[in-house]
Amino acid sequence: MAKDNLLSYEAALEQFEVVIGLEVHVELNTKTKMFCGCANEFGSEPNTNVCPVCLGLPGSLPAVNKKAVESSMAIGLALGCKIAPTGRFARKNYFYPDLSKNFQTSQYDEPIAYDGEITIELDSGESFVVQIERAHMEEDAGKLTHVGGATGRIQGAEYSLVDYNRAGVPLVEIVTRPVFGAGDKAPELAAAYVRAIRDIVKSMDVSDAKMERGNVRCDANVSLRKKGAEKLGTRTETKNVNSLRSIENAVRYEIQRQAYILSQGGTITQETRHWHEDRGYTSAGRPKSDADDYRYFPEPDLVPVQPDIAWIESIRSALPENPAARRKRLQSAWGFSELEFRDVVNSDLLDQVEATVAAGASPQAARKWWTGELARVANASEIEISALQITPEQVAAIQKLIDAGDLTDRMAREVVAGVLAGEGEPAAVIEKRGLKVVTDEGALIAAIDEALAKQPDVLEKIREGKVQAAGAVIGAVMQAMKGQADAARVRELILERANS
Amino acid sequence: MSELVYRPASELVALIAKKEVSSVEVTKAFFDRSEKLNPVTNSYLHLNRELALAAANSADEALSRGEVSSPLHGVPIAVKDNLTTTDAPTTSGSKILEGWVPQYDATVVTKLRQGAMPILGKTNLDEFAMGSSTEYSAFGPSKNPWDLDRIPGGSGGGSSSAVSGFLAPVAIGSDTGGSIRFPAAVTGSVGAKPTYGAVSRYGLIALASSLDQIGPVANNVLDTALLQDVISGHDPMDSTSLPNSLGSMAQAVRQADPKGLRVGVVKQLSSDGFQPGVKELFDDTIAKLVAEGVEVVEVDCPSFEYAVAAYYLILPAEASSNLAKFDSVRFGLRVTPEGNPTIERVMAATREAGFGPEVKRRIILGTYALSSGYYDAYYGSAQKVRTLIQQDLNRAFEKVDVLLTPTAPTTAFKIGEKVNDPLAMYLNDIATIPANLAGIPGMSVPNGLAREDGLPSGVQILAPQMQDALMYRVGAIIEKLYLAQWGSPLLTKAPKLEAK
Repeated sequence: MAKDNLLSYEAALEQFEVVIGLEVHVELNTKTKMFCGCANEFGSEPNTNVCPVCLGLPGSLPAVNKKAVESSMAIGLALGCKIAPTGRFARKNYFYPDLSKNFQTSQYDEPIAYDGEITIELDSGESFVVQIERAHMEEDAGKLTHVGGATGRIQGAEYSLVDYNRAGVPLVEIVTRPVFGAGDKAPELAAAYVRAIRDIVKSMDVSDAKMERGNVRCDANVSLRKKGAEKLGTRTETKNVNSLRSIENAVRYEIQRQAYILSQGGTITQETRHWHEDRGYTSAGRPKSDADDYRYFPEPDLVPVQPDIAWIESIRSALPENPAARRKRLQSAWGFSELEFRDVVNSDLLDQVEATVAAGASPQAARKWWTGELARVANASEIEISALQITPEQVAAIQKLIDAGDLTDRMAREVVAGVLAGEGEPAAVIEKRGLKVVTDEGALIAAIDEALAKQPDVLEKIREGKVQAAGAVIGAVMQAMKGQADAARVRELILERANS
Repeated sequence: MSELVYRPASELVALIAKKEVSSVEVTKAFFDRSEKLNPVTNSYLHLNRELALAAANSADEALSRGEVSSPLHGVPIAVKDNLTTTDAPTTSGSKILEGWVPQYDATVVTKLRQGAMPILGKTNLDEFAMGSSTEYSAFGPSKNPWDLDRIPGGSGGGSSSAVSGFLAPVAIGSDTGGSIRFPAAVTGSVGAKPTYGAVSRYGLIALASSLDQIGPVANNVLDTALLQDVISGHDPMDSTSLPNSLGSMAQAVRQADPKGLRVGVVKQLSSDGFQPGVKELFDDTIAKLVAEGVEVVEVDCPSFEYAVAAYYLILPAEASSNLAKFDSVRFGLRVTPEGNPTIERVMAATREAGFGPEVKRRIILGTYALSSGYYDAYYGSAQKVRTLIQQDLNRAFEKVDVLLTPTAPTTAFKIGEKVNDPLAMYLNDIATIPANLAGIPGMSVPNGLAREDGLPSGVQILAPQMQDALMYRVGAIIEKLYLAQWGSPLLTKAPKLEAK
């Protein structure tokens, strides 16, 4: 239960200017860890992806993963950063049982990338430029599980288990400069910024970018200052915000909490705070002051990373299109409504729709397949839609058959089911299942006659203007034709009959 | 063949190759002697007869198949106990690691195994190689075979006393500020610190990563060179290891021609603070070279004055971080205090009980030197001195090929004499430290017995980075001049060791 008093959001913004700063950790999806050859894998048995290096055994030495350096440079370049001619690793010294060497190999005053910026557009269309101070490489720590005790925290636990599988997993930490002037949009901007980072690293395939797995983690710094004041207020750093919604809520909460304290003449304690998503509040972590002493010094076991221009440029030229720019381009090319487009984006289906359109389907048809039938099937089988065994090309091929009148919608769904069941290409499924639209009008007319004979009043109703009465006859005809008829054509034929 | 143990390794390898004697016989001879005399010298912390004999047997079998795996194939060796070995405990001279058997072999150990060199055992050292006498070993000091009341040098006193006492033909040492060269000088043996990066540090329990270097210990220059040839080479597991081979040291030794050689005598290391007998021997070495037509000039290295001070900031700083991993969580000693054993209290109790006084002194010193607010004044300034020393050496090496200094200011001191005076202990390394700060190679070669005490002294040869071959050539020249004078190696004049 939150103990804090909060000032209303409106009152807080009336009195104070909000300053935010964001630190985003991106876990890279390299095959191996940052400084050793162990697998970088999520979900393995505890302490199976470990070796003398990531366990910090005496005598072991780190060696830098080149791919991780490339990914880090790519992230820096995507954020408009400069790449340092000399990037040096440094040791951040502190004792904690999840940190096998009791220092974290990180970067300090010579990060690999620095001085970038990114434009963030909010849903309202308003945009903000966020300055990137630096993006640096570091290694992750192991994972602690505290057993016993009420809180699941280390305090009060009976014992703790350490899994070093994550120890040494490569991270890139992206640090913004303080962001001013977002006003009441600060919480939304914070979330939009993290979403933008997530989208970028995902589009570059340098991270799995799953926030729920901690692939992208955010620490949100918030401080308030009296409107018009020069000096920055004391900040808090809220950790453990691992969803976009949490970021927005946590920043908003901190604004209201700090505003209350300041409005009562109190002072803010510089500290880390923990966000509790379930109950929507932050609680004090450890005090954090600028005097926090990590005794950084250059890592003597590693030589500096000194990328040459050619290496940097080859990475720059391989960067994919910026995800925000791509979205703008596609939305305008496809002519989707705001709502339709957001549906595609939020379902993470841009790639599939784009490929389906490229294979010849209309944008609307491609969208309907992926957000409709295919999403439904994936959902029903509880798998990711990207895991479905059907390609955009196959979807486009099926759509072409619909457009040509060779398949009805219902038949097309059956073809899809066949493809998903591994029965082969659409043509093979059609062949095997004998799915062919009945185009023999004689057969259709015979079926219509038969249906009308059973429902003699239908024609009269149609003539009276109750066109929807045709539905019952269409249903009967389709049933008689075992679905292999073009319902639109059946409808036409019934209407012709009524009006003749 | 009881005299086997007195033969140089270069002769043993030839005898083994010609099958006049087997590796098993040689290895047995050293074990027979070691088992008798190790209680006297305390050179070895761990002897492993069965495994060494099995390795010797494999070496013999390989030879009978015509396979020669290294220039010292079949010659047994002693290994300093700060290199990891999977088949023997590795303590680094500390209680905190007592009983720990590593899960992996150091790269150098792997090279010895692949080179068919049976490992006799693990040799004593000052705890974590911090010291100049082995008196800081948690397992008691080793003794100098010349005088059992005296220290055999440190930190590699176990290896130096093993080699000079003929308990091993050759040994592995590690040198952070003189830990190979000082023990060599005071025991009348030869020891070399290769160029930083020439030998992989993977598996060497780090003292100060930017200064540590593994090197060979032997009774003569050729054996030392042969061993460096076995253990050097690039290792992808050590990022600081040199990419290129430095050539064959043994070949350099065989070209011991003084013609055209230019030698520098460092002004700052040739006047004050040296024991008169040591100084006389050094002057004698220079006179011998001049008589051979070698050009000798004095060179000025003004920054050497600050070398010891800078070293005792850089070393403790790196050591304080390197030793943080000894926390009881993953390996080694664990001390659980009475009452409520929180992780902090267990770590503290373990470190309190497991570390000796010199280790604690250096951890505290290093932690202080890296602290925010002191970093620039201490660690930062020390790094600047390091650069200045490198510049001094670069200037000197423009004028001369190598530099010569006395290896140590004194001959072996008495056990207990300096153990409570850390500053006096630190000054033993005044002449050896600059090589570690600059990353250049240095070696100590015996140059006689001091007039006052009849104890051995050594001359140090310093060469430019990666010119280890030049260093060995000069070492061989000096050794040859003295052999001509003495008629036999200096060690033949040492008192015979007897079992007590």
